[in-house]
Amino acid sequence: MKKLLFLPIRLVLMAIQNVCVALGQIWSNKVRSMLTTLGIIIGIASVSGVIGSLSGLKAKIITDFESFGLNNIYISPRQPDSGPLKHASPELIKFKPEEFEDLQAHCPSVKQMTRMSSFDAPVSRGERSIENATITCVDAAWIKIESRDVLQGRPFSLIDETQGRRVCLIDEKTRDKLNLDKECVGSLISIDNFNYRIVGLIEGAPDRAFANMGGGETFEVIIPFWSYYQEAKPWFSVIAASKTPELAADAQSEITFYLRRTRNQRPGDPDTFRVDTVGGELEQFDKIMGTITAVAGGIVGVSLLVGGIGIMNIMLVSVAERTREIGLRKAVGAKGSDILMQFLTESVVLCFVGGIAGIGLGYLITLAIRQIPNANLDQAYIPGWAIMMSLAFSAGVGIFFGVFPAFKAARLNPIEALRNE
Amino acid sequence: MSPSNPIIQLTDVRRTYDVGAEQIHALDGVTAAVYENEYVAVMGHSGSGKSTLMNLLGCLDRATSGTYELSGIDTTKMSPSALAQVRNEKIGFVFQAFELLPKLSARKNVELPLIYTQNGAVGRRRRAEEALKRVGLSGRVNHRPNQLSGGEKQRVAIARALINQPAILLADEPTGNLDSKTSREILDLFSQLHQEGHTIIMVTHESDVASQAQRVVRMLDGQIVSDLPVEQDDAYQYRNGGQRL
Repeated sequence: MKKLLFLPIRLVLMAIQNVCVALGQIWSNKVRSMLTTLGIIIGIASVSGVIGSLSGLKAKIITDFESFGLNNIYISPRQPDSGPLKHASPELIKFKPEEFEDLQAHCPSVKQMTRMSSFDAPVSRGERSIENATITCVDAAWIKIESRDVLQGRPFSLIDETQGRRVCLIDEKTRDKLNLDKECVGSLISIDNFNYRIVGLIEGAPDRAFANMGGGETFEVIIPFWSYYQEAKPWFSVIAASKTPELAADAQSEITFYLRRTRNQRPGDPDTFRVDTVGGELEQFDKIMGTITAVAGGIVGVSLLVGGIGIMNIMLVSVAERTREIGLRKAVGAKGSDILMQFLTESVVLCFVGGIAGIGLGYLITLAIRQIPNANLDQAYIPGWAIMMSLAFSAGVGIFFGVFPAFKAARLNPIEALRNE
Repeated sequence: MSPSNPIIQLTDVRRTYDVGAEQIHALDGVTAAVYENEYVAVMGHSGSGKSTLMNLLGCLDRATSGTYELSGIDTTKMSPSALAQVRNEKIGFVFQAFELLPKLSARKNVELPLIYTQNGAVGRRRRAEEALKRVGLSGRVNHRPNQLSGGEKQRVAIARALINQPAILLADEPTGNLDSKTSREILDLFSQLHQEGHTIIMVTHESDVASQAQRVVRMLDGQIVSDLPVEQDDAYQYRNGGQRL
């Protein structure tokens, strides 16, 4: 009974002792140990570096995603790619403005919404013109949904919205390109040959690293939805905002239910529209990124096998060199299992030390990666799980590649071992 | 323990090696007993089977047939790890080449058997220092083997053999690597340990070394050819520095 109680303590003491012996052994063969663990160090460093960069990329993209607002729900028409509506006429798929008039009344989680359609068109004022300005047609709620600030003048009013008045909001880049006064509110500009009065100056679109639609320099002009719709009847989409980010998923379901009914979809038919939330997209993205990280890390991790083979090689050398020591230890009472543990511990400690050094090196690599200009990797970091996993993996490599040499040591015949020169 | 209960009892022990198709009988029916506080020298030429006998007595090897009882327990059917425990607790080895671990201090070398003992951690350091004191090396506790003379190394090895208070001390040519002066000192140490009550079995091929024992066992071709008190053995004439009486 007493023996049983002391067993765990004894095992722990045994382990500590083995680790000390192993560290001593490693220390007394500094150069050799260093060269041996180089494989592990480089392996772990590259895995950490890859995971670090991918994590940085992910963090960056998530920041981008979140700048769209986690409340936002994007609703757009979609031709189903299967089912009876696969060949439905586009007119059936296309959104009609009246389909959204009652949306807010039927979707309690939705706080506000805007229809939205955008196109490129020339904008001019006098001599100055912009060939390809981005014209976005929206409802009054848009400015709140996008959380843009109005720098001068006012946002669209409900009257602007319902009457489709020819008014517009522009950003500073457009103002400067058109050579307007700093105080441009009240000026008239020509959009696609229609005159619009500037009612407000808004701040530019948030700077996004990856999700910047179109890219390059954009000149934004915002006009009321109706002012364009009544002319062109274009395809449009809708952005709704839920009352809180947590309600986004509820709002998504409510909108889907509402739209299916409003668009007279029969049960079982696929949706003729899609409703996406930033949160949902984020989840999707998270999954994809997780897979990419695992695959990339795994491929780089193969280099750890090479490191492991180096460890096995040096452990075999170590066993051969210390044959007499093993013989003596057995003669004074070491069991096969004691010898096995001694060499296994040595191999694990060797790999573990290599793993720690590798993480350190990986951290330096990550720091270096952050400095790469225009790579959008300035948020690169090694996540905690990757550190834990690296350490566990290097210990695993130590066990896997140490078992064979350790078994060899444990099975040595003490008589022959002591006779070994 | 009464003289009727031997510490070591060998009964018709045989050890056979297969070398190709041939069988070599390294031990060919050995029956012998060693009692407490005996000092036995085992003599014989190389190939006589004395080393095989030593390995068997030290539980490093097993008999092909026959039985070996140590302190009344039959070791013939023990598992390898039980044998390891017997080596640890009941047997102290002293080797010709000392077999110290070069990277450990004298004290750490002496402590080595305690690593493999239950509760070995209890007072390990103190016990090692005591053992070193017994062999007269109190001042050399933290020296590494390469800082010690041959005689001192063998003393460390003897201290290591003594640390678990073994039932028997097995010495295999303990003076084989030492000069004559140091050999004498080591043999004196063995005599002293014998007087303190230890049971010693020593393998040697030198008569003057064997003459220090109480009893001399001579082997030839795997068999015991003579087993006499030292006074009746030829070796006795070398007892006082090789002078014939």
